[in-house]
Amino acid sequence: MRHLLSTEDLTRDDALRVLDTAEYMATVADRSVKKLPTLRGRTVVNLFFEDSTRTRTSFEVAAKRLSADVINFSARGSSVSKGESLKDTAQTLEAMGADAVVCRHPASGAPYRLARWVRGSVLNAGDGTHEHPTQALLDAFTIRRRLGRLEGLSVTIVGDLLHSRVARSNMWLLSTLGARVTLVAPPTLVPVGVEQWPAEVSYDLDAVLPKSDVVMMLRVQRERMTAAFFPTEREYTRRYGLDADRLAAMPPSALVMHPGPMVRGMEIASDVADSTRSTVVEQVANGVSVRMAVLYLLLGGTREVT
Amino acid sequence: MTQCGDVVTSEPVAGAGRWHLRGVRPFGADPVDVVLDGGMIVEVGPGLSPAGANILDADGLLALPGLVDLHTHLREPGREDAETVASGTRAAALGGFTTVFAMANTEPVADTAGVVEQVWRLGRDAGHCDVRPVGAVTEGLRGVRLAELGAMASSAAGVRMFSDDGHCVSDAVLMRRALEYVKAFDGVIAQHAQEPRLTEDAQMNEGAVSARLGLSGWPAAAEEAIIARDALLAGHVGSRLHVCHVSTAGSVEILRWAKSKGWRVTAEVTPHHLLLTDDLVTSFDPVFKVNPPLRTATDVEALRAGLADGTIDCIATDHAPHAPQDKETEWAAARPGMVGLETALSIAILAMVETGLLDWAGLADRMAIAPGRIGGLPDASPDGTRALSAGAVANLVLVDPAARWTVDPGALASRSRNTPYAGRNLPGRVQATFLRGRPTVLDGKIV
Repeated sequence: MRHLLSTEDLTRDDALRVLDTAEYMATVADRSVKKLPTLRGRTVVNLFFEDSTRTRTSFEVAAKRLSADVINFSARGSSVSKGESLKDTAQTLEAMGADAVVCRHPASGAPYRLARWVRGSVLNAGDGTHEHPTQALLDAFTIRRRLGRLEGLSVTIVGDLLHSRVARSNMWLLSTLGARVTLVAPPTLVPVGVEQWPAEVSYDLDAVLPKSDVVMMLRVQRERMTAAFFPTEREYTRRYGLDADRLAAMPPSALVMHPGPMVRGMEIASDVADSTRSTVVEQVANGVSVRMAVLYLLLGGTREVT
Repeated sequence: MTQCGDVVTSEPVAGAGRWHLRGVRPFGADPVDVVLDGGMIVEVGPGLSPAGANILDADGLLALPGLVDLHTHLREPGREDAETVASGTRAAALGGFTTVFAMANTEPVADTAGVVEQVWRLGRDAGHCDVRPVGAVTEGLRGVRLAELGAMASSAAGVRMFSDDGHCVSDAVLMRRALEYVKAFDGVIAQHAQEPRLTEDAQMNEGAVSARLGLSGWPAAAEEAIIARDALLAGHVGSRLHVCHVSTAGSVEILRWAKSKGWRVTAEVTPHHLLLTDDLVTSFDPVFKVNPPLRTATDVEALRAGLADGTIDCIATDHAPHAPQDKETEWAAARPGMVGLETALSIAILAMVETGLLDWAGLADRMAIAPGRIGGLPDASPDGTRALSAGAVANLVLVDPAARWTVDPGALASRSRNTPYAGRNLPGRVQATFLRGRPTVLDGKIV
């Protein structure tokens, strides 16, 4: 692997290598000195064109635990906001000798362009409504840790499929790893062309819940309502929100996941988000391990860490 | 009022000289000699020996009427960093064109007699091919009030085609009025068919690929709905409608229906929509970003069939040069458009002739005769019978159909490099172009 741009292009072997490496990285977090010397002298640039404190911090912690030098380059207050192009920014980073660029960008595909303009590795930390591969990897890691496997599990993804990079990345990765994926959303938030995805589509959450081993809730942005994707927040919550009654309809061992940030009371009720079945906090912790694994595999080569 | 016929035929023919084209194959027929003199074709036949003529040994080159492009963006005035009238018409001549229609979305917009005359004069001064300005339908392309269409028609530029291309005249009443108004000077409204609400922030064709890439979709219905509406309006008021860059299978069906009604509706398709499909967007390289967007293989097939059976009347390039900073960006930030003048004939040969859908006469009709007729060129005869025969204006192109060439963006005459065919090996090479008897291209190079 030279770059991590999508999960659609990720092979099963590469995906499993990331998850297995992340298991080792997770043990580092349990040590009193949470640091490995692996990437000493390497430079990781966090290039964020969108605000995302959570993802940026997660990558920063991951890189620092591997002893890399981390530079945070955020679009706000930089030359980018003065109209500098993505290409010029890429050339600047190139001149500074970035070994890896972690890129978050509001435009789908921006990391693909970046990968053509820099010599270092590019990690897609979320591009527009396209993909968010490390989120999917950390979700798969979380499921595997909790339920012991991915193969054969039924995973239901609920929410704004049209605009969700998390949904796309999870759908590809989980299907590559042998899970059965069901997508649930109001028809207005299902993209035209979805029939070619390796997933089932349903408009009826209640019909799907009893058969789900994992239910992954996606954030629904309020502005979608004003664009007539659904009539009211209340109606969305009634039809597609996960509350205690719906949680009770799920198998007892089934997990509730959310990539955050959550809109409590909208797509997920507070008591569900805070229940023992919810993995929301674990997902954050696992995010660091998975991002360490990805940075290690892209920058450190293929030799075994253990 | 100045007739457009006066405009073109009053062009100087100085330097045209006398040319003896030996052994050319008109429309691919058996070799004959063609003699050009005084800007006209004066003799066509085997074994001619005119006195005092420049001799061009064509040795089996294909002869076609000079190509006519109804849809070119020359960018001048306003974006001379991307293209000028001079650079764009050099590209046109090298592509075998003798007339290009220059779209109105310049800065300032070509919505007054002053701007269209400026563009027309720049074309005349450059001398590589005739430039026929297209006038804007509405002031500033804003879609609110009609521009002074009559003033542009009466100007030295003799505008007959009007378009807000780049923008759709989406207001149905305004479109109806425009269609009606231009009847006074036999004008035609060329519509960029794109329902604006259905295509807000649209980035690519809506379908399987857009779903995967997370790029907001440009549904085929947004084009088809406008074409259907405009065809109904044109039929209702008996006006001429021309549909720009048709891109979907559904549009072809609607056009076929509109023509079956006997309505005066014509349409064009671009070379890129006859060849390229939306899976190219997977690279996220904005060189493939264009409006209307690249569609699916099913659409390409329907467009080819529609062009072959005449439902679509002609090929038009939608040559859209862009400066590097407008293309070397993330997908959403890039401007839509591709350069196309220098590759149009080759792509047409690849998509239509090599597939057996059109013969050379058919290709000549779709790239020279039909567009000349739609654009109201004075030399255009309704059925093309005058083309390449004695008495016709000596606008012609000599093509080596067997030659192949590889597209090098850096070697294009256009000032911009945004060709989607970089590195592609294409059939057919323009060897010579004659504009009213004067060579603008010889040996594949600008004269």
